[in-house]
Amino acid sequence: MKIAVCVKQIPDPAEEGSLDDATKTLKREGKLILDDSDAYGVEMALQLADSAGGEVVLVSMAPNGETNGLRTALAMGAESAILVSDPALQGTDALGTAKVLAAALKTASPDLILTATESTDGYTGTVPEQIAELLEWPSVTFAKSITIDGDKVKVERQTEVGYDEVECPTPCVVSVTAGVVEPRYPSFKGIMAAKSKPLEEKTIADLGIDASQIGWEGARQEIVDVAEVPAREAGEVITDEGDAHEKIVDFLKEMKVV
Amino acid sequence: MPPNTQDTDLLDIDDILSEEEILLRDSVRGFVEDKILPNIASWYEAGRFELDLVKDLANLGIFGMTLDGYGGGGARARAYGIALRELEAGDSGLRSFVSVQSSLTMNGIYMFGSEEQKNEWLPKMASGDALGCFGLTEPDAGSNPAAMKTNAVQKGGDWEINGVKTWITNGSISDVALVWAQTEETNSTGGIRGFLVPTDSKGFSATDISEKASMRASITSEISLNGVLVPDEFRLPEATGLKAALSCLSEARFGICFGAVGAARSCLETAIDYSQTREVFAKPLAALALTQDKLVNMATLYSNAGLVAMHLAALKESGKATPAHISYGKRNNVAAAREIAREARSVLGANGISLAYPPIRHMANLESVYTYEGTHEIHTLVLGQKLTGHSAF
Ligand SMILES: Cc1cc2nc3c(=O)[nH]c(=O)nc-3n(C[C@H](O)[C@H](O)[C@H](O)COP(=O)(O)OP(=O)(O)OC[C@H]3O[C@@H](n4cnc5c(N)ncnc54)[C@H](O)[C@@H]3O)c2cc1C
Ligand SMILES: Cc1cc2nc3c(=O)[nH]c(=O)nc-3n(C[C@H](O)[C@H](O)[C@H](O)COP(=O)(O)OP(=O)(O)OC[C@H]3O[C@@H](n4cnc5c(N)ncnc54)[C@H](O)[C@@H]3O)c2cc1C
Repeated sequence: MKIAVCVKQIPDPAEEGSLDDATKTLKREGKLILDDSDAYGVEMALQLADSAGGEVVLVSMAPNGETNGLRTALAMGAESAILVSDPALQGTDALGTAKVLAAALKTASPDLILTATESTDGYTGTVPEQIAELLEWPSVTFAKSITIDGDKVKVERQTEVGYDEVECPTPCVVSVTAGVVEPRYPSFKGIMAAKSKPLEEKTIADLGIDASQIGWEGARQEIVDVAEVPAREAGEVITDEGDAHEKIVDFLKEMKVV
Repeated sequence: MPPNTQDTDLLDIDDILSEEEILLRDSVRGFVEDKILPNIASWYEAGRFELDLVKDLANLGIFGMTLDGYGGGGARARAYGIALRELEAGDSGLRSFVSVQSSLTMNGIYMFGSEEQKNEWLPKMASGDALGCFGLTEPDAGSNPAAMKTNAVQKGGDWEINGVKTWITNGSISDVALVWAQTEETNSTGGIRGFLVPTDSKGFSATDISEKASMRASITSEISLNGVLVPDEFRLPEATGLKAALSCLSEARFGICFGAVGAARSCLETAIDYSQTREVFAKPLAALALTQDKLVNMATLYSNAGLVAMHLAALKESGKATPAHISYGKRNNVAAAREIAREARSVLGANGISLAYPPIRHMANLESVYTYEGTHEIHTLVLGQKLTGHSAF
């Protein structure tokens, strides 16, 4: 079983981000790190490879040949990585990203592709299904657990009220819900071993992608406007005069939480 | 959560770290932020060391990280130091646990043990499946371990060990105790020898020391050895004389030089954060000159200690570190961290005495660190002798 995990490398959310005035997109000049959301997919893949046998390959698209987040995931235990980086990719929207990732994934010939349900920075939550569509593979979303059973996967798919049990033939694309496994901390030995693991860097020409499909030219999405998040309004303080619990219940009803 | 990389270091010391060292730092820091910080105040208050952490620490590859072979990681000194620095930013008790398991006990076996002893103990200690402790201090022999009363007498092929060891970190949770005892062996290096005593040996018992006001999230025990019999194969063959025990201590002290910097960072970060949000006289505390003076003094002590640790690592990696170098680092860095913890506590006002914030916990812990692994005063005497040639012990 060969499992490919899509890992996005993103600006550190702990540091204040900024938008490019001209393009209204996130600036990605500094060091990028492994998206926390994708650490779950990596962990899930490593556990599957441990129990069912197999190997884990990482696939990422990022600017400026960034490998920092990939190194972290390699140190966690993945065997190898493919990075697609090319100046022509600047401006690529979610569909363009899916095209690039699908082409890169094809070169790895995986039996199973894992992604997060949505990234932390872009969070359109559309890339996984677009990859599946482009590969003409079935896809399952919001997995909270995955087991491999011969040439199919059994997935517990999180829903608002519980979970569905879904079976799907491989090869397929499964997006993994955040928080469902505990990503391991890279060990010292893992970190040292990661230094010599294969990390292949590809350009769009290597993948045979037509430049008109990607970048600003290929983007079908355009960010027309951005606005500041409105400041949070001051909360209401309820002083308990024996009826505070009722007021809280009323408030929750009003919010349609209960 | 990605680890906190808030910049408190005015000298950007970590800029000299390699890519791998940074990954290691972030991995251990992430572990501490996720697993230790949310719980440590309650563990501390309850006087509890969480045994579940052992597997996590083993998985990080920290036990025996610098050893070659036997399950060790073959790490260089600086990488090990960085790992301990990050652990002690969580709690000195966590770092103490690792120092005892890794620097004192595993290293003692690695440096002075037979091939059989190394194969028997080191791999399972590296994986956290066996725990060790280091028994040197006695009720009547602390700073002067040469005065120890615990003795081992040869009986046929066995040794009979009698005595009491106290203030022994991890004593009651260990599988093996590295016990130092006087023997009648006479040679130029003296009669003290080290024995690997399985803690299920007849006559071995460990009782935890309670009512501690420092290092509460760490287990400290008194060990009594009552006619404990061990075969000669349990004696560390290469450990002849007290200097063997002291060279284990040198390893642990090196780790403390880094660890203290971690505790200091936690205190300094807390003080800076707190002073930004706390308003006094209609101003943020951070905007007052007196607070800035405190913060700058703390930050200076902190970065200087960080530099000392890095320099010691360089000396150690090139095989040039002497006991006096290590004394300098232990004495300077622990004193600096202790000072920083006190000052940070003051910045937090009354909240400074609450375990909801780290400084008071670090402050209390650092009193132990100031005393163990050679008291501050003993290291002063070592350096005084180095400078003057006169022993003032
Ligand atoms: C007009 C426009 C211009 C843009 N310009 C740029 C630009 O210049 N530079 C730039 O870097 N971004 C740019 N972006 C953003 C970037 O293209 C999107 O973030 C990307 O398309 C993925 O979308 P998402 O993060 O919403 O993915 P989601 O669908 O939320 O992601 C779900 C999962 O898919 C996988 N995934 C998504 N993206 C990647 C990736 N890149 N590598 C590996 N796995 C991935 C991950 O597992 C992720 O968790 C632009 C977007 C738009 C709309
Ligand atoms: C939390 C904790 C954990 C510990 N863990 C371990 C462990 O795992 N294994 C172990 O073997 N030990 C351990 N110790 C013991 C520690 O190493 C000793 O406490 C330390 O060596 C000091 O010995 P003492 O307490 O007997 O103090 P003493 O030696 O009695 O010293 C008392 C005071 O006198 C000063 N002093 C001593 N001699 C001189 C001198 N010549 N001139 C001037 N001043 C002097 C000392 O600096 C100190 O201030 C631990 C201690 C603590 C607090």
